[in-house]
Amino acid sequence: MTQEHDTLEVSVWRGDADRGQFETHRVPAYDNQTVLDVVSWIQQQVDPTLTYRFACRVGMCGSCAMTVNGTPRWTCRTHVNKVLKDGRLDIAPLRNLPVIKDLVTDMDPFFDKWIRAGGAHAPSASRHDPIVEISPQSEGRATADAGIECINCSVCYAACDTVSANPDYLGPAALQRAWTVVNDEKHGDRQAVLDTVSAAGGCHNCHSMGSCTMHCPNDLDPLGAILGLKRATARGVFKRRR
Amino acid sequence: MLDLRLYMLQRLSAMLMAPFVLVHLGVMIYAIQGGLSAGEILGRTRGSLPWFLFYGGFVAAASVHAAIGLRVIAAETLGLRGRALAVLTWGVGAVLLGLGMYAVFAVTVPA
Ligand code: FES
Repeated sequence: MTQEHDTLEVSVWRGDADRGQFETHRVPAYDNQTVLDVVSWIQQQVDPTLTYRFACRVGMCGSCAMTVNGTPRWTCRTHVNKVLKDGRLDIAPLRNLPVIKDLVTDMDPFFDKWIRAGGAHAPSASRHDPIVEISPQSEGRATADAGIECINCSVCYAACDTVSANPDYLGPAALQRAWTVVNDEKHGDRQAVLDTVSAAGGCHNCHSMGSCTMHCPNDLDPLGAILGLKRATARGVFKRRR
Repeated sequence: MLDLRLYMLQRLSAMLMAPFVLVHLGVMIYAIQGGLSAGEILGRTRGSLPWFLFYGGFVAAASVHAAIGLRVIAAETLGLRGRALAVLTWGVGAVLLGLGMYAVFAVTVPA
C-alpha cells in the first residue's frame, strides 16, 4: 500500500562546475522507491530542467551514480528507506569529477585513466590462430573474473581520498582493470601493463584505506586488486635484477 | 608522485630500520643498566668501525625513508608538485643525512 500523504524532504544539487546550490523539494514517499525514482519524480513533476543520468535502472550500466547523504551510490539500486536520514535526502553529483550540470559529472577523466592504466585489450593471437584453452578454475582466470564484473560507475573513484588529494592518481577502477588484464593469459603484453602502473600516479600511491572496496555496489575488491599489482611489481624488481 | 622506485626505496629502508631500532633500544637499555657514563660510552664507540657502520646505516635508511614519506604528505596535503616537490624531497633527505652523519662522526671518529 502506498502512503501518498507522507513526503520526503529532498535537497538536490543545482549548478555547474563554477557555482551552484541545493534546492529542496517535498517528494511523495512510497514504501518501495529508489533514489533514482525520487530524482526522476522531481524532474518529471517539478522541474524538467533538472539534469541527471541513467540508462538501465537495474545496476548494469553504471551511469546513475550520485552522492546520496554524503555517500557515493548507484541510485537505481539504492532504496530510499535504507539511506534516509531524519526523513531527508541530500543528492549531489559524484566527488572527484568535474560537474557538467546538476547531478551529471564529466566522466572523461575516469575513462581516460582507465585507458592510461593499460585497460584496453591487446591481442596475443589473431583469428587464424587456434583458440587457447584456459581453465576457468586456473588462478589467473579466477582473479581476472573477479574484476571483470566492474560496471564503471565511478563510485569507488568518488569514494577515494587518494584521488582527491592527488589528481594524477589512476584510481581504484582503472587499477582494478589493470589487475584483470595482468591476470588474463590472452592479453598480449602483460608486462607493459605492470610497467604502466609502476609510473608516477600508479598503484604505489594507494594508501590502502579501502573506501573503494567498502563502497563498491557490486561487492568487488579494488583494494585487493591494487595490492596484487603492488606485490607483482615489487616481485618484478627482484626478478629483473637476476 | 610515488613510482615503483620510490615505493621500493621506502619499503626497503623501513625493513632496514626495524632491526636498527630494536638493536638501538636494546643497547641503550643495556648500556645504562650499570650506570655507564658518557665518557665510558664514547670510549667504546670511538674508533669502532662496527658502530660507525651501524649508526651510519641507520641514519642513511632514516633519511631516505623520511624524505619519501614527507614527499607524499607535502604533495597530498599542501599540493606541492614538480620542481618544488623534488627540491623538498632531496632537501629533507640531505639535511637529515647531514645532521645524522655529523652525530655519527662525533661519536665514532677517534678523539
Ligand atoms: S541506471 Fe544503470 S546502473 Fe543505475
